[in-house]
Amino acid sequence: MSVPIAWYLILSAALFSIGVCAFLIKRNIISIFMSIELMLNAVNLAFVAFANRWHQVNGQIFVFFVMVVAAAEAAVGLAIIIAVFRSRNTLNVDQIDLMKL
Amino acid sequence: MHLALFIIFGLLCLGGALNLLLQQHPINSALSLIVVMSSLAVLYLLLGAEFLALAQIIVYSGAIMVLFVFVIMLLNAGLEEKTRGSRAAYLAGIPGMLALFGVLAGTFFTLRSSFGSARLGAYLATTHDLAQVLFRNLLLPFEVTSILILVAILGAVVLARKEH
Amino acid sequence: MNQFLIFILLTLLKIAVVTVVFLTAVAYTVLLERKLVGRIQNRWGPSRVGPFGLMQPLADGLKLFLKEDLMPSAVERPLFILAPIIALACALTSIAVMPYGRDIRWHGVDMFQIANINVGLLVILGVTSIGVYGIALSGWSSNNKYSLLGSLRSTAQMISYELALGLSVIGVVLRTGSLNLRDIVNLQATHGVLSWNAFGGVQIVAFFIYLTAAFAETNRTPFDLPEAESELTAGYHTEYSSMKFAMFFMAEYANMINVGAVATLLFLGGWSSPFGHLFPDFGGPVVHALLPVFWFVAKVFCFLFLYVWVRGTLPRFRYDQLMGFGWKFLLPLAIANVVVTGLVLAVHG
Repeated sequence: MSVPIAWYLILSAALFSIGVCAFLIKRNIISIFMSIELMLNAVNLAFVAFANRWHQVNGQIFVFFVMVVAAAEAAVGLAIIIAVFRSRNTLNVDQIDLMKL
Repeated sequence: MHLALFIIFGLLCLGGALNLLLQQHPINSALSLIVVMSSLAVLYLLLGAEFLALAQIIVYSGAIMVLFVFVIMLLNAGLEEKTRGSRAAYLAGIPGMLALFGVLAGTFFTLRSSFGSARLGAYLATTHDLAQVLFRNLLLPFEVTSILILVAILGAVVLARKEH
Repeated sequence: MNQFLIFILLTLLKIAVVTVVFLTAVAYTVLLERKLVGRIQNRWGPSRVGPFGLMQPLADGLKLFLKEDLMPSAVERPLFILAPIIALACALTSIAVMPYGRDIRWHGVDMFQIANINVGLLVILGVTSIGVYGIALSGWSSNNKYSLLGSLRSTAQMISYELALGLSVIGVVLRTGSLNLRDIVNLQATHGVLSWNAFGGVQIVAFFIYLTAAFAETNRTPFDLPEAESELTAGYHTEYSSMKFAMFFMAEYANMINVGAVATLLFLGGWSSPFGHLFPDFGGPVVHALLPVFWFVAKVFCFLFLYVWVRGTLPRFRYDQLMGFGWKFLLPLAIANVVVTGLVLAVHG
């Protein structure tokens, strides 16, 4: 009872595509940010699947770095979102179109 | 067993991702993303990455997404409004997504025999193995990342502070 | 196949016994708290139902079960129902990876731990961190400002103190070289008190940090701001009634037992006796198997006693004091503890 690695990769591709689509369609800045996280997670799955294929841990280490960078990105990104919301009172990306208020 | 678990949690992943796409309210999107991330942790476990699976739960589901939910609650984000930008995004987004998925999935499918297959229990990366690689071969990237985190913390504090 | 069947049956048996004992313990922790706080405040506490009020948990449970299940009209229905389920499920899960007795095998199955997992400690941390959603979602879905404020406070508090809590256990993990809870306990089981991590292992600072952070994680006094009665009526569970409220209530007490059990495993030698091998084994194999369980339960009970004692004596922190304490005192102290432990281990071992 084994599962082909290719299935994991196809699942990862599907998640990534959904992430791209959500990134384009969503209008709320927080939802857009979440679709970026979804894309990162999809790539992580591919890394882990390849780590299993070659029996090497380097792929998993890569996922660690992605997680750490994602955490840093989430902290800064959400801080930016809070700052934007304070000054403009909206989360809709279409209304955040001025460089300076 | 492996196949059944893969199908269940793979479907949960896909369902969660689609739900993220379709939900109008950010908190529902956030919850479906948590479902995706937790199911991914189970898939990692199936692929023999036990430490990574738990790190995924603790870091992604338990810390990053809590932060998202916290910000959504703090800003009291409501339903999404439809605006002029979104129609163009629909026109470009859905075909683009399908094309991207087609290319990637087609490639993986044609190369499927060279990827081999994963059996339950055939490969297990222990915490010890991970530490060996992380703290010996990749020490410099590790330290650089820690500096990145430090900078990010300072940046977040500066950005979120109220101006007096 | 026969071996597999035995494994399944014995595992189900373990799960059933542990769940029943755990839930009973939760119910009686409530009684313990009411009794002890009563004595601290110079009154008797519940004493009418049964001898010494020992049937009180039963009466409480019956009352909560028979109450009308109110559903306020303005709530976000699915999340409102989901929140207490998440809270209780996460609180009841961590017991599954904890060893509560010696590694004694019957038909090849370890009878004193439900699941022996390589990364058991991380499982507990992960499940605890998922538990935050129960509180966060209950506040958000209630559509009530007190609930929302309570859950915002609670989420911020839990994220902040989780850092200190996670860093405080690293000293223990460094000393053991494993995340497996059995390994962690086995290392401490040799010389009684002298080999426990908190004393012989010189992790007393980490023990203090863990204890403080655990109070904050379980929303107990002096860190019970999320449900501070005087400011927020009841905090995140203001809108809940009947069984849904009971689930939050049980989750809180189950979490108390959980953090007590984890502290016992990590710092106080788990099931090992405080005398080590000072006394020779007496009694038969049954005593040999059950005595460790007694020690484990006794140590957890001491923690619960401490919890109630603190609740009866300490006042509540102010919110800024709480955040300042977590970030400016506990976190640096935890980092210093990790550095010092690492240096000592690098020089000595």
